[in-house]
Amino acid sequence: MNTTNSEFEPKIVAFVCNWCTYAGADLTGTSRLKYATNVKIVRFPCTGRIDFMLLLRAFAQGADGIIVSGCHPNDCHYTSGNFHARRRWITFRGLLDFMGIDVKRIQYSWVSAAEGAKWADVVNSTVANIRELGPYTEYKKVAEYLDKEDYNG
Amino acid sequence: MDKLRERAAALLADGTVALVIGYEEGTNKPRPLFCHTAEDAGKLIYDSRCINNLAVYLTKKELMGTEKVAITATIPVLRSILQLSVENQLNEEKILVITVTEQGELKEFAGFAEIESYIADFQLKLSGKEQEIIEKLEGMTREERFEFWMKELSHCFKCYACRAACPLCYCTKCIVEENRPQWINPWAAPLANIEWHINRAMHMAGRCIGCGACGDACPLGIPIQLLTRKMMEDLGPEFGFVPGQPSKNGNALSTWKADDKENFIR
Repeated sequence: MNTTNSEFEPKIVAFVCNWCTYAGADLTGTSRLKYATNVKIVRFPCTGRIDFMLLLRAFAQGADGIIVSGCHPNDCHYTSGNFHARRRWITFRGLLDFMGIDVKRIQYSWVSAAEGAKWADVVNSTVANIRELGPYTEYKKVAEYLDKEDYNG
Repeated sequence: MDKLRERAAALLADGTVALVIGYEEGTNKPRPLFCHTAEDAGKLIYDSRCINNLAVYLTKKELMGTEKVAITATIPVLRSILQLSVENQLNEEKILVITVTEQGELKEFAGFAEIESYIADFQLKLSGKEQEIIEKLEGMTREERFEFWMKELSHCFKCYACRAACPLCYCTKCIVEENRPQWINPWAAPLANIEWHINRAMHMAGRCIGCGACGDACPLGIPIQLLTRKMMEDLGPEFGFVPGQPSKNGNALSTWKADDKENFIR
């Protein structure tokens, strides 16, 4: 790719929990807060549902950054989904780092349904951060063969 | 060794057990042996070259019928047995565990609780070579680490020997055989390999007992045991998991504490 970092528009996938962050992102919109448009939001019933394979899949399909966001601890709609998710993230993050996969490209956050401004801030700062880091070419190179033939069908 | 053979033969002869799982002399190194008769027991050996983790057979339906089975267990096998029992995969009454102590004495365990107190004295250690790789990796930048693992994992041709050798990989349907949706492509290619090994490690999180059977089984010598080992260390003291000691408090990823420490969630 020839794009320099200033021209580079990061592609970011956000995996969010239906009960908090999704509603929070909705509030950002209804509050008419402007924020970066680089994010594609995928809605989940709970952060506990966000399998680590989904994150890997997002990277393989061309995401430069990922946001994973849910309810604050103790606020889970299902009581403990986010606690389970947190355990998984801690473990997964350690493994990714050990394998040299860029953990700086995954932003984890707690955004409640009332935190529209925080959601805008999380997105904006993640976009800025990824813009700085540049396109995630390493992982894309690994996944290159998926583009060459229609393996994903 | 003679004592072991005698005991195994006696157990088989009087019908206490229907099968003794142990080791016999192989072409280059010892291999697993399944003794069904007292004569077979004469082939049994037990020494420091016996490194296969025999606990892998304890979850096989075709071996574990209604009869009692005896197993000659090394320390890693004892650890595996405890972890399997924590995960409700073993019937304590159907398994007779025999080991040979460092003094060369035959020891039979009355139950899993006795195994637990026995292995408490044995520390889990990394081999010199493993230690070397870990130190090398720790000195690297992230990019170099990625390059290291991509180079190592590029050799992988998905024989799944690591999975077959692991006593704790006992799912009847593995995610790599799942094809609706196909999360991990079945062929050996960079992405498919990296995804397979991440999955294997994640599924072992907090369960791996560090026997290293996966790495030993790898025909290409990829140090994959380090991935699960790393998980083990990560979950270690913070979550109350001690590497090599099966946890009674449940699986690391299916339990949680309200005060789990992290510093990366904003």
